[in-house]
Amino acid sequence: MPRRGWIVLVGLAVLIALPALLGSYLVTVFILVFFYGYLGQAWNILAGYGGQLSAGHAAFLGVGAYTATLLAMHAGLSPWLGMFAGAGAAGLLGALIGALAFRFGVRGFYFVLLTVGFAEVCRIVALNTDAVGGALGLYITFTGDPRQLQFRDNRAYYYVALGLMVLATAVTGLVERSRLGTYLRALREDEDAAEALGVDTFRVKLLAIVLSAALTGLGGAFYANYLFSLQPNAVFGIPLSVDIIIRPVVGGAGTIWGPLLGSLILSPLAELSRTYFASGGLAGTHLVVYGFLLIAVVLLLPRGAYPELVRLWGRMTAKGR
Amino acid sequence: MDLTLVAQGLLNGLLGGGVYSLMAVGLTLIFGVMRVVNVAHGDMMVWGMYLAWLLATRLSVDPYLGFVVCAAALFVLGWLVQRGLVDRVVEAPHETQILLMLGVGLVLENLALMVFGPDPQRVRSPLAQATLWLGPVFVDLARLVTFGLALGLTLALYLFLTRTGLGRAMRATADNAYGALVVGTDVRRVYAAAFGIGAACVGAAGALVSPILPFQPSGGLAASVTSFNIVIIGGMGSFGGAFVGGLLVSVAESLGAIFLAPAMKELVSFSLLIAILLFRPAGLFGRRA
Amino acid sequence: MALLEIDGVAKRFGGIRAVAGASLAVERGEIVGLIGPNGAGKTTLFHLASGFLRPDAGEIRFAGRPTTGLRPHELCQRGLTRTFQIVKPFQGLTVLENVRVGALARARGFAEATARARETLAFVGFEARANVVARGLTLADRKRLELARALATEPSLLLLDEVMAGLTETETERTIELVRQINARGIAILLIEHVMRAVMALSRRIVALNEGEVIAVGSPEAIARHPGVVAAYLGDADEEARPPGAGRTLDA
Repeated sequence: MPRRGWIVLVGLAVLIALPALLGSYLVTVFILVFFYGYLGQAWNILAGYGGQLSAGHAAFLGVGAYTATLLAMHAGLSPWLGMFAGAGAAGLLGALIGALAFRFGVRGFYFVLLTVGFAEVCRIVALNTDAVGGALGLYITFTGDPRQLQFRDNRAYYYVALGLMVLATAVTGLVERSRLGTYLRALREDEDAAEALGVDTFRVKLLAIVLSAALTGLGGAFYANYLFSLQPNAVFGIPLSVDIIIRPVVGGAGTIWGPLLGSLILSPLAELSRTYFASGGLAGTHLVVYGFLLIAVVLLLPRGAYPELVRLWGRMTAKGR
Repeated sequence: MDLTLVAQGLLNGLLGGGVYSLMAVGLTLIFGVMRVVNVAHGDMMVWGMYLAWLLATRLSVDPYLGFVVCAAALFVLGWLVQRGLVDRVVEAPHETQILLMLGVGLVLENLALMVFGPDPQRVRSPLAQATLWLGPVFVDLARLVTFGLALGLTLALYLFLTRTGLGRAMRATADNAYGALVVGTDVRRVYAAAFGIGAACVGAAGALVSPILPFQPSGGLAASVTSFNIVIIGGMGSFGGAFVGGLLVSVAESLGAIFLAPAMKELVSFSLLIAILLFRPAGLFGRRA
Repeated sequence: MALLEIDGVAKRFGGIRAVAGASLAVERGEIVGLIGPNGAGKTTLFHLASGFLRPDAGEIRFAGRPTTGLRPHELCQRGLTRTFQIVKPFQGLTVLENVRVGALARARGFAEATARARETLAFVGFEARANVVARGLTLADRKRLELARALATEPSLLLLDEVMAGLTETETERTIELVRQINARGIAILLIEHVMRAVMALSRRIVALNEGEVIAVGSPEAIARHPGVVAAYLGDADEEARPPGAGRTLDA
C-alpha cells in the first residue's frame, strides 16, 4: 500500500532530523528505544512470527559482543567488521540450539527452558573463563575513534542504533512477505497441519532461529562500544533476556510494528525509573513495573498494543462513514 | 577416594532430597491438575524463605514452627494468583501462560529485592547448632529436622490426595478435567486449591531450608530450574516421580559437589537441564506432558 | 502399479493393536472409500500413509516408491496430501493466507502461490470469504477451507478424513459434488467417511476395516450386502466403548 509507505518514509525522515532538536538526555533515551526496538524485532522473527518463545536471547547478543570485542582486542579488527563475525558466531549458537531443539521435538515450555539453559551455560562459562575476562569481564578503552565504532558525539550512536532498528525492521518486512514468513506463521498456528501441507517445519524453524540469532548478535559490537564494558552477568543474564522479550510482547509479537511500539512505550519508562530509582534500595522497581505490565498485557491485550490500536483505529474510521 | 567423604555426601544428599521432593511435588501437582507450569515457583520459594526470616527476626519464631505460617501464607498467594490471573488463561495457548507466570515471577522476585535488599540472608535456628555423629559421618540436626518435616509434609500431601474428597477431586481433574466437570466437580475450586497447595509446598520448603542455606531474591531462578529438572526427570504430573526424582537429584548434586569445583556445580545443573530436555524420558513413572 | 499401496501394515500403541496386517490399494484417479466403526483404525491408517506415524510392520508405497521414514512434508511434495478429522485451520491467518500455505508447496514464488490460492478458492466456491480470518469461520466453512488448502498443494492423491462429518444435508450435497469435481481433475481420493450416502455415491470401491483389519473390499453394492460389514457396524452400536488409544490425536 503506497500510503503506508509514505507514512514510514515520513516517520524515518522525522527520526533522522530529530537529534538536531533534542538535548543529549533525550537522544540517549531514543538510542535505547532504537536499540531495544532492534533487539525486539530480531527476537520477534523467531518468537513472534514463529511462535518459538526464547527466554535466552541475551546469549546471542553476548556472543556477538564478546566475539567482536575479542577480535578488536587481539586482532585489531575494527568492530565495524567484527560485528559481522559476532553475527556469525551468534548464528552458529542459534544453529546449535535449533538443531538440537527441533531435532528432538523440544516445544513450548520445554523450548523456553532450553533457551534459558543455554544462556545460563554461556554466562557461567564466560564468568569462569579468564581468557575472556572472567567475572570482571572485558573493558573497552574509550578512544572516540569512529573506525572503532566509538564516537564523542551521542548523536552518532543515535544514528547507528537507528540503522540497526531500520535494518531489523526491513528484514522482518522481507520475511513477512516471503515463503519463510508464511511458513513460520503457519507452523506457529499448527505444526502438524503445516507439515501435512508440505512445510519442512524443521528447516523453517532452524532458519528462523539462525536468522534471529545472527541479527541479534550483529548488535553486540554496538553494545560493547556504547557501554564500554562487557560483564557476563549483564550481557548473558536473564534480566537482559527479559528486557528483550517484554517490549515486543507488550507492543505486539508477530507484527512488524509491535516491537518498535513496545520499545517506544517501555524504554523511556525504564530509563526514567532507572534514573529516579538508581540510588537506594529501590533497585528493581522498574522490573516490578515490568512484571505488572506483562501480566496486564497478557490478560487485557493478549495480542499486544499494536494490534489493539489497529482494531480501535478500524472501528473509529468505520464509524466515521 | 575418601569413602567417608562419599558417605557424607550421600547422607547430606539424601537429607537435602526431602526439601527437593517437596518443591517438586508442589510443582508437579499444579501441572498435573491444570497443565500450567508455575514459572514463578522458585520465586515463591524465596518468599517462603523471607517470611520465615521475618518471623524469626521480628517475632522470634523458630522456622521449624514458623513454616506452617509460611505454608499458609503461600497457599493464600497461590490461590489468589490462580483465581485472579491464571484462571483467565487456562484455555489460552501455552506461550500466554508462560508469559503470565513470568510476569508474576518478575513481580515476586523484584518486590523481594525492593523490600529485603539484594544481600544474602540467613536464619538462625537454635537447632542449627547441634550435630549428631553416626559413626564416621555426622548429621546436622537442622538438616535432619528439615528432612523429617519435609518428608512429613509430603506424606501429608499424599494422604490428602488419596484419602480426602478434595484430594480425589484433584486427581480426577488431573486425569480428565472434562470428565470431572461432567460429574459435577467444581473444577475452578480444584484448580485454585491445587495452585494454593503447590505454592504452600514450596513456601514450606523455603522456610525449612532457611536455617541451612543463605538466600537472596535472585535465588528464585536456581530454585525454579532445580524444580523443573526434578519434575521433568520424574515425569510431569507424577507425584511419585517428583518424590523419587527429588531424592535422586539431591544425591547427584551432593556427590557432584565433592568431585567438582563450586562453579561447575551450576554448570552441571544447567547442562543436566539441557540434556533432560533433549532426551526427555517419559519420566520415572511414565506420563509425558 | 497402483498409486498408493498399503501392504500388510501394522501399528501398536502400547498394548493396543490399532492396525493389524492391513492392505489396500488406490489406483490413479479413482475414489476409494474407507469405512469401519469407530476405533477400526482408519485414521491411524491415514497417519501411517501420510508419514505422521511409522508402521511397525509392512510397507507403504506411493507412486511405486516406499514411503518408510519420509516425513509428511516430503510426501506432500511427492503428491500425497491429507486432511485432518478434527480440522486444523491456521486460526490467525485469513482464508486466502491459509490456502496460500498449501499453494506454496508447488508454486515457484510468492506471487504465483497467491494466484494459485485464488484459483483454488474460486474452484471450491470460497472466494467471497478470502479475507476472513479463519478463526471466525463456521464448521462447514472450516471443512471447506481444509479441503481447499489440501487441494492447493496439487496432489495426485488426497486423503480426506471425514470431510462430511457434522454438515447439513445441503452442505453434504455440495461437498459430494465438490469431491466429484476434484476427482474429475484426475486426483485420486481415499475417503474416510461415516456418512454412508456420500461414500456410496462417490466411491468406485470401498474398503471396510474393523479392529485394525481389512474385512472386505468391493463395490459399494457388494459392501452394503456384506454380512461381515453389517455385523461390524451393528456390533459397534451395541458396545459403546471405543478401544482406548484408537483414533488418538497426534499431540499426545
